[in-house]
Amino acid sequence: MQLPPALEEKFTQLLGRYPVKRSALIPMMMYAQDQFGFLSDQVLEEIAKRVGLNMLQVTETEAYYSMLRRKPAGRYNIQVCTNVSCMLRGGNELYKHVQKRLGIGNKEVSPSGTFSLEEVECIGACTGAPAMQVNYDFFEELDPDKVDSIFEQLQDGKKPKPVSVISGALHPRNPAEVLVISKRFGIPNSTKIDVYLQNEGY
Amino acid sequence: MTPEQIIDEMKKSNLRGRGGAGFPTGMKWSFVPKDTSKPKYILANGDESEPGTSKDRPLMEMDPHQLIEGILIAGRAIGAEQGYIYIRGEYHYIIDIVERAIGEAYARGYLGKDILGTGFNFDLSAHTGAGSYECGEESALMESLEGKRGYPRIKPPFPATVGLYGCPTVINNVETLSTAPAIIRQGGDWYAALGTPKNGGTRLYSISGHINKPGIYELPMGFNLKRMIEDVAGGMKDGKKLKAVIPGGSSCPLLSADEIDVAMDYDSVAKIGSMLGSGGLIIINEETCMVDLARRIMHFYAHESCGWCIPCREGTAWLRKLLDRFHDGGGRAEDIPLIDELSKNMLGRTFCPLGDAAALPTISIVKKWRHEFEDHLRGKCSFKPAEMIVGAS
Amino acid sequence: MAEVKQITFTINDEKLTTPAGTLVIEAAKGKGIEVPSFCYYPGLSLQAACRMCLVEVEKTPKLQTACTLVAVEGMVVKTDTPQVHKARKDMIEFLLSNHPLDCPVCDKGGECELQDMTFRYGLDHSRFNEEKLHYPEEKWSPLVYYDAPRCILCFRCVRVCDEGMDVKALGIGSRGVNSVILPNKPGELACEECGMCIDICPVGALTSGTYRYQTRPWEMKYVPDPCTHCSNGCKTTLGVRNNEILRANNRDHSGVNGEFLCAKGRFGFDFTHNPERVRQPLIRRDGRLEPASWEDALEEIARRLKQVHEKHGGNSIGVIGSNHTTNEENYLLNRFARATLGTNNIDHHRTADYAGLAAILGPKAKDAQATMADVYKANAVLLIGNDVTNQNPLVAWQIRTGVRHHQTRLYAINGQPSKIHRQAAHGVETAKGGEAAAVRWLATGEGQFEQSVSESLGQMKSALEKESDVAILFGADIQGGAIRDLVAFGSRLGGQTRYMALGDYSNSRGAADMGILPDRLPGYASLADKTERERFGKLWGGEIAATPGLTARGMMEAAVAEKLKAMYVVGANPVKTFEVAQPDRLAGLELLVVHDMFLTETAQRADVVLPAASSYEKDGTLTNTAGELQMTHRSIDPQGPRSDFDLLRILSHQLGMLGLGTPIRLRTPEAAFDEIRQNVSGYDVSVASLLAGGAQLTSAACKSPEPNYQAAAGAVFSSHDNLFSSGTLGRYCSRLASTKEAKDTPWSSSPSTQSWWYR
Repeated sequence: MQLPPALEEKFTQLLGRYPVKRSALIPMMMYAQDQFGFLSDQVLEEIAKRVGLNMLQVTETEAYYSMLRRKPAGRYNIQVCTNVSCMLRGGNELYKHVQKRLGIGNKEVSPSGTFSLEEVECIGACTGAPAMQVNYDFFEELDPDKVDSIFEQLQDGKKPKPVSVISGALHPRNPAEVLVISKRFGIPNSTKIDVYLQNEGY
Repeated sequence: MTPEQIIDEMKKSNLRGRGGAGFPTGMKWSFVPKDTSKPKYILANGDESEPGTSKDRPLMEMDPHQLIEGILIAGRAIGAEQGYIYIRGEYHYIIDIVERAIGEAYARGYLGKDILGTGFNFDLSAHTGAGSYECGEESALMESLEGKRGYPRIKPPFPATVGLYGCPTVINNVETLSTAPAIIRQGGDWYAALGTPKNGGTRLYSISGHINKPGIYELPMGFNLKRMIEDVAGGMKDGKKLKAVIPGGSSCPLLSADEIDVAMDYDSVAKIGSMLGSGGLIIINEETCMVDLARRIMHFYAHESCGWCIPCREGTAWLRKLLDRFHDGGGRAEDIPLIDELSKNMLGRTFCPLGDAAALPTISIVKKWRHEFEDHLRGKCSFKPAEMIVGAS
Repeated sequence: MAEVKQITFTINDEKLTTPAGTLVIEAAKGKGIEVPSFCYYPGLSLQAACRMCLVEVEKTPKLQTACTLVAVEGMVVKTDTPQVHKARKDMIEFLLSNHPLDCPVCDKGGECELQDMTFRYGLDHSRFNEEKLHYPEEKWSPLVYYDAPRCILCFRCVRVCDEGMDVKALGIGSRGVNSVILPNKPGELACEECGMCIDICPVGALTSGTYRYQTRPWEMKYVPDPCTHCSNGCKTTLGVRNNEILRANNRDHSGVNGEFLCAKGRFGFDFTHNPERVRQPLIRRDGRLEPASWEDALEEIARRLKQVHEKHGGNSIGVIGSNHTTNEENYLLNRFARATLGTNNIDHHRTADYAGLAAILGPKAKDAQATMADVYKANAVLLIGNDVTNQNPLVAWQIRTGVRHHQTRLYAINGQPSKIHRQAAHGVETAKGGEAAAVRWLATGEGQFEQSVSESLGQMKSALEKESDVAILFGADIQGGAIRDLVAFGSRLGGQTRYMALGDYSNSRGAADMGILPDRLPGYASLADKTERERFGKLWGGEIAATPGLTARGMMEAAVAEKLKAMYVVGANPVKTFEVAQPDRLAGLELLVVHDMFLTETAQRADVVLPAASSYEKDGTLTNTAGELQMTHRSIDPQGPRSDFDLLRILSHQLGMLGLGTPIRLRTPEAAFDEIRQNVSGYDVSVASLLAGGAQLTSAACKSPEPNYQAAAGAVFSSHDNLFSSGTLGRYCSRLASTKEAKDTPWSSSPSTQSWWYR
């Protein structure tokens, strides 16, 4: 099966990272799913071949992980968290609102194929609750209006801006805090190595 | 520094695992056999799926090089030349950030062969998960990294001797590894002094729930919980009263409002019957239905149970159905002691701690807020109209 | 044997000494203490998943799983405390929460481990008030069904298919409480259909498609018989009700096969009630075979045999014996041919050169036989030719299990791929049919090969020379002189080398041992040996000629060339086996008598057909390819067909009345077996053990070695059956034939699943 060159390159890169080919299986499935929207039999067969496994081994591994899917989702997969932190700050109501707005339920796809909806477990945005993901983008500190605006933008083909950093990580420091590992939070470009080196790095 | 010196420093620092279990890091590193022909591995656990916990995320998205340096230190300490950062699949954009940082490190000679001319080699890459809480458990993480279903492994042997691909492995939480550079730079004693005896240093808390200033805060070990809520987190939102606190992620027994005057370190919280856990602090106000909370928590564990062992697989599923029915008004008197008993029947009997993680909060909620359950029996819920919520399946 | 360190620990207040490294759950058995478990299964990898085996260990706060706990010196274990009892009760309660109340209809009812454990450890009521998960039943193949609701997810099936069978056709799907077992193709299995998963399943989640919903286990009578198909002699327990075999399985575990059973042993019994079974004698009148009475048929045979004998002499008669008839029947047939009919033209389709091995080893054969257990125990196995996965599945299982449990080193030399090669530590891929040449090189250094083969062989030789107590197994391609080479090489190896010739059928070995051979008497006594001729002649009441007779192939050719005048064929299909050109020319025979269960190609040309019983329908003994002797028992009354034993005995009386030979006085197989025990080399075994269901190792050996032994040309060759075929008999096993694998290439034979020297 022919793969788009970028994916092909990714696969080669992945296979080279591990001493055992099988380790590349889950990343390969994730990236293939990103490319094709879901994991078809054909795609899994191709991955199986490259990793040196049979279909049973691949399908049983795929079946275990909740992010992997065998059927297409919408172009925008809306994942609303309703776990404890989000629930406490209106996650359930938000989910209900989203269901109504999109007209679909859990794990369903809208007739046009634009949206699909999933009620998910904690996505790691607790301090920005209530939160949701659109595909991989995080949207936090939501309320029904913000959510509506996001959907409108999506439907218009525009890209709403997700959070770049978890809400609540960048804030004026409380005097009680002792900064050891969060020292560099908030420094512009803190992910870059030069900035790290300048700030005590390595 | 020699490997032995590094481990010594880590031991002096009293740094304990920040993922939830709180095992002394220096001691863990010292378990790796020194003389073995097998390759060794460092694994950074960035699976962060514990509800209420979102503190590894900012570390990776804002300071990935700190983590990389921490991994290098660990690698040097045990003689590993290969590391993987296991990042949960939902954190996709963070994987991109981390991979870029790794690229930069390679380019500048901080990764790869003969790092900075020391003769030390280390290769590092990021690895994506695909949606499984159980894969945050160290042995299940290794199974997942090996490309298999995320079932945990029989222990002993422990990862330090038989880990990834059967080779000696050190797995630490992202936060734990991110702390290593500071310790090595400024000394274990300095770090230990920041905290309390046997609980060194500071840690990140992701404080969420019904407070005015939810956020990520770095506070020294032993910081008072009451102060954390009222001072650091800005106090209860909309002036509501506090009812309950989840101290370290939903796997811990809950604390009631009169138990919050406690120092937040592993030992002190353990003494009052809960756990410091993952630093995922959730503050719950008086308007929250505790039955609903218990229900939602059980939904999570039932969804994430890997299915390997009978008590967790069947127990969480049973409790989930039971709590659903109970919350929706179909409860019977015998259900309340049954919730407690079924949870206790899982406790200590499961293959991995997920069963305990499901049991502990449930037992504490039934114990401390039993009257709310009894109210539900009478068809009364003081806090919200009973809502039918289809749990994440 | 190295000394194994012993340790002593306390269990339930009693001291117990056990080898260091023993698991507590196993050690406990030594005191008769049962620790319940579902997922723990001896021989398969550990899981500690079901948590049934939790026990108390002093100084340990949490209960520990006895199945992963290694007993150490001074440990104190308690398996009988209230805490342990409660834990077991709770686990059962959890398990029963989703388990459907299928007991009244579930096939496993009455032999279900969950039922047993609930009875013994569980509670008497359920507190589960929620809705149970339900999934529809799944038919994975005509032979294997899966009921997901009943599945307790112990994963024994996954492990036995993966580790035990090396088929790896089962996996796990979904997660948590929704977990299910997955077959390797969507909704169906492509596998060896061995059914090991069915037997190993503690509950009724995996059931036999042929037995499903037919009866209850307590309604059946159980008869353990050696399987009637291949030469490995696995014990299969036949479940009989109302004179019908309803199922065959291996819950017994007491045979040479331990816990193993393949598709043929498990599902290949339905030929017994196949509608095409011949149930009455048939006599050819006016060119057509027509039913006749027993009296008429036997009288016809006797009369016409006498005629041929008078007109043309004994040497004009040929006797072809069977790979499936019992030792007693073979013994009688030998006597019938040589003493009654006065002919040495007696042979059978030889599927391995057992005579060759006996001749070359001579008296040493007594100590140089590899049993099925030896194959498992060996530290090194040299396997030459044959496709054991398909043709000798128990042998394959023993090798695989040896590799898995104690790293047995498998050395394989073969011109054809076989799935067992995945286990090989060292393999040599010769040209097709080139195994004998490779063996010659090992023995003498003679022979030229392709470079890669040469190198491989050289490496294998050096490695083998470091081994001791090697088990050497060889297929039909190693015959005659090649065996000589093999033994020459084998005797140079350290310790005691043991040999096993790999034949095809349930009594291939017995046929050879009992002398269904033109040049040998029972026990491989040579015809050239006057003492032996006289001994048997006296025993059998007739003089035995010294000149060897024709081989089976020779007889068929002689029949076609009209040089042979009569043939007596018992349980064989030589027209098909020897691919006789112009088989209709067999009509040139003045008499063709066939004993068979079905109208085979040969039977269709017969003048008289006598309906015969299968080994599941008569008493007697069978010898497996290793030389292990077992009793077979009559499980059902075939209602019409009779045992070949009876037929030969009765015929001998008829012929006696006509003045040909003396009647056989042995009235029962037991009596015949007694005579065999007293007179056939190597068959003086203990009867008591056989009666108790055990196997006894025979050791038929030539009095002195015959270094110049040659195998008759074209006499020894394999049928190359696979797991779904079984010579002519296999055609009538409809259940096996109904599987996809029988119709397409069987799983273990298909190129995509075989890998050469996979490591």
